[in-house]
Amino acid sequence: MKILVCIKQVPDMESKFKIAAGGTWYDPADLAWRMNEYDEYAVEQAVQLKEQVKEADLTVLCIGSERVKETMKKALAMGCDRGAHVADDNAAGKEPFEIAGIIAEYARDKQFDLIFTGMQSQDRGSAQVGVLVAEMLSLPCITTIVHFAYADGRIEVKRELEGGMKALIKAKTPTLVTCQLGLNTPRYPTLPNIMKAKKKELVSIPVQDLLKVEARQETAKMYFPEKKGGGLVLEGDVGQLADRLIQILKEKTGVLA
Amino acid sequence: MKIVLVAEYRDGKLLGSVNELIAFAGKMAADSVMFLVGSESALPAYEGKLYLGDVGVCGEFNPEVHKALLLDVIAREQPDMIVFSHSSYGWDLAPRVAYALKAAQVSELVDVVDGALVVPVCNGKLRRNVQVKTGKTVVTLQAGAFGLAEAPTGTPAVEKITTVSAGRLEFGGYEAAEQGGVDLTKAEVIVSAGRGVGKPENVAMIAALAKALKGEYGASRPVVDSGWAEHKRQVGTTGQSVAPKLYVACGISGAIQHLAGMKKSEFIVAINTDKDAPIGEVADVLVVADLKQFVPLLTEKIQAL
Ligand SMILES: Cc1cc2nc3c(=O)[nH]c(=O)nc-3n(C[C@H](O)[C@H](O)[C@H](O)COP(=O)(O)OP(=O)(O)OC[C@H]3O[C@@H](n4cnc5c(N)ncnc54)[C@H](O)[C@@H]3O)c2cc1C
Ligand SMILES: Nc1ncnc2c1ncn2[C@@H]1O[C@H](COP(=O)(O)O)[C@@H](O)[C@H]1O
Repeated sequence: MKILVCIKQVPDMESKFKIAAGGTWYDPADLAWRMNEYDEYAVEQAVQLKEQVKEADLTVLCIGSERVKETMKKALAMGCDRGAHVADDNAAGKEPFEIAGIIAEYARDKQFDLIFTGMQSQDRGSAQVGVLVAEMLSLPCITTIVHFAYADGRIEVKRELEGGMKALIKAKTPTLVTCQLGLNTPRYPTLPNIMKAKKKELVSIPVQDLLKVEARQETAKMYFPEKKGGGLVLEGDVGQLADRLIQILKEKTGVLA
Repeated sequence: MKIVLVAEYRDGKLLGSVNELIAFAGKMAADSVMFLVGSESALPAYEGKLYLGDVGVCGEFNPEVHKALLLDVIAREQPDMIVFSHSSYGWDLAPRVAYALKAAQVSELVDVVDGALVVPVCNGKLRRNVQVKTGKTVVTLQAGAFGLAEAPTGTPAVEKITTVSAGRLEFGGYEAAEQGGVDLTKAEVIVSAGRGVGKPENVAMIAALAKALKGEYGASRPVVDSGWAEHKRQVGTTGQSVAPKLYVACGISGAIQHLAGMKKSEFIVAINTDKDAPIGEVADVLVVADLKQFVPLLTEKIQAL
């Protein structure tokens, strides 16, 4: 069985963001980078599937600069067999249609039985790439899965809907699924596995070899949302903060009456 | 400008988000028609043409068939824009339709300013304006971003539509959300634990503050996903929607899916180490502090009152 999992490297969302010089994206300098949270679930599920079927080859793909290799190594340490790094210093400037085009071009002749992606990336958050890859490869696609089971060329998944309701869906492989938070419990790579991962194949492919589509949209401007105001921001010594908050709760709410 | 609004129907009901689609059409001052795979017994209040696929034949979940039906309608109407909710139905179907139309898709629209499509980035910390290069545009609307002052009225002119296509996905029914435990919607005070609590033991700290305030404790999704709190306590789109007198968000960043479940609370306090956390957008008071120090201290002082 051949499995592909697509991951993105994103900044820690608690970072202090700055707008980059061009004014169309955030500045990548001085940020802490990590694996897109949704993709951690995708990697874990792909690794669990590989462990279940035993005879499997699991590729992790990531489009980005040299920097993303660090995140790919985590996926290799979690249990992926090989890494396909699509070298692109301007991945952040590519819209979902281009990212999907690159992934589909890579996957087109490789006969993957299952492709896992995250349901969305934490920074761009388009929730498009997975579905577009499936459309480009004419694969069935199930989005937002919170449960996954595989047996004999068929998958059974649960899709999460609003309010916590779930839909049960079955499909035949080859299929693409997009993974939602809570699908499983992503493992922490162990030290021996981190060492082993260093020896795994991690090839870089120039993006121009795989980019065959053109952008259909672009970012005109990126900026901070206007603060809606009204809200009080309290800073300082915790003891005093607690007293002030109690005072406010007494004045503004009936709960401490 | 002409647009197609894609309404949703689930578990035998028309979804209320249809009103946001209508509000959006109004904001854009666009001519609109509506598309729905649903039932004649649950039609939206809408003054316009409604293309109606029979849910009994097409199924509630059958994206490949819904896509085929919608593409027929688009071929007939030649709209400039196709509008979905950014929901489990919308984000699933929209890219399929955009791909078939060779159209750009702009996800999770929060506003349209001077023609620019505005979307959030990084959990709402940033925004960007998007310029589309294709003739047709597919958009999904962030839940709650386009509201109507009052509910729409009218009776749609229904035109029934069918398709011969079949899908490759097999729908096996629904599973209800986990039941049992607390009913958060009845609590007057809710204190919620977010990922910022750091470890499961610290949820007790949040529960203690909730108790001191005679309320219940809730949780954000990662806390529930990690098994530190039961699903019944989850606040947000895929959990409970609550509107207590007081909501205290401890170590919660304020992602839109969480805000959707609590922003109607009467008074909101946030406790967060990050002064720029998006929860600040809805908080009446943002206390910039480490919850591990602040929450036990606050609890003690309240108990001593
Ligand atoms: C389709 C869909 C549905 C979803 N449904 C829901 C839902 O129903 N409910 C929900 O909550 N989420 C939901 N989510 C997830 C949501 O997008 C966010 O990922 C989630 O709300 C983040 O939870 P959090 O704020 O606890 O964690 P984080 O975003 O990780 O934020 C943690 C916060 O804690 C702060 N912090 C860290 N340490 C401390 C400290 N010591 N003291 C004080 N503050 C600290 C940080 O500054 C940060 O702001 C959904 C997502 C999707 C895609
Ligand atoms: N640069 C990238 N490299 C590899 N996979 C990506 C990249 N960007 C997005 N993806 C995949 O597409 C999913 C959805 O991303 P998005 O459409 O941007 O929300 C992510 O969870 C990843 O699995």
